[in-house]
Amino acid sequence: MSERPTYTPFHPRWYRPPVSTWWWLKRPSSRAFILRELSSIFVAWFVVFFLLLVAAVGRGEAAYQEFLRWATNPGSVLINLVSLLFVVFHAVTWFNLAPRAMVVHIRGKRVPGKLIAASNYGAWVVTSILVAWIILAGSR
Amino acid sequence: MDDRITLRLARYRPEEEAEPTFEEYEVPCRKDWVVLDGLNYIKDQLDGTLSFRWSCRMGICGSCGMTVNGEPKLTCETFLTDYAPGPVRIEPLQNFPVIRDLIVEMTDFMQKLTTIKPWIVRDEERPLAEGEYRQTPDEMSEYMQYSMCINCMLCYAACPVYSLDPKFIGPAAIALAQRYNLDSRDEGSGERLDILSQHEGIWACTFVGECTEVCPKDVDPAGAIQRYKLDAALTSLKSFLLPWGAR
Repeated sequence: MSERPTYTPFHPRWYRPPVSTWWWLKRPSSRAFILRELSSIFVAWFVVFFLLLVAAVGRGEAAYQEFLRWATNPGSVLINLVSLLFVVFHAVTWFNLAPRAMVVHIRGKRVPGKLIAASNYGAWVVTSILVAWIILAGSR
Repeated sequence: MDDRITLRLARYRPEEEAEPTFEEYEVPCRKDWVVLDGLNYIKDQLDGTLSFRWSCRMGICGSCGMTVNGEPKLTCETFLTDYAPGPVRIEPLQNFPVIRDLIVEMTDFMQKLTTIKPWIVRDEERPLAEGEYRQTPDEMSEYMQYSMCINCMLCYAACPVYSLDPKFIGPAAIALAQRYNLDSRDEGSGERLDILSQHEGIWACTFVGECTEVCPKDVDPAGAIQRYKLDAALTSLKSFLLPWGAR
């Protein structure tokens, strides 16, 4: 046994089960995972929507009114509603996972995961209120 | 009590067949019997040609991992009564090539394991005369969880990333790298980062979290990988902001 065993990835006698394209439909957790990955498309859509809004505002009053008309038609509202659901799903799953990646010690003691998740949610709420306040105060 | 339960076993005899087939065996379904007891009963009483790995029967050796009704399980701690009235489908671990019946080829994992240097790395070894490297209980608790890994490979069987890209270094190997990185006696985290910051290392993980779900020892490999990503990102940020600073 002095020689190191060599690994042959494609041994003729070994059976390698094929991976189905639909592997992610088998388990609820993989379905949730694929939905979370898919949500990135909708996050990107929100960014594009926001950039279009900024561009319209930059081009003046008429362009802004045109943008508002486009944004309030039923198709756009529907897309944005679906996007909102996906973005919320993305945010919630992300914050629930945060304690797994963040290990914080305060005075030599490990901060419990629930507290880390709660502080993330807290920061989310505070930021949302701040943004809402800026927008609503500006519109008055 | 004379309840019985049917086990549907995946059989693969490479000298006879091109792909696995299923065979059914009826075994006693006793309250204290695990799936492994059923397999040993078959091997002893019904069909001596059945091949499978096992050793300790108590969740320590990590040899008896198989797919039970589609889920990766240690068969020594999976009770038959939980699957009554059956039948129970038993297949080899997923994502590994099958050598025979319920036995998978695991050299891939063993080789990956050695690449992350799962031992205490020192810049300079202290002479023996100076005594042992000492550690406080607090320092030990930092890595204790990750040291519970028994190399059973259930996490690899559960990982969709590994099934789609077999080059992925995988959950257990990364969790074990963290076990040594977080050890106060170790100085090898830089060397490990060079290997694990490659594409097939930590960044291939998309945080499905299945590895943690199936882990029989509560190691939480998914958490270990995400912690590693955060550390790696901070390290590269630091070396960008402070290029003259040593790592």
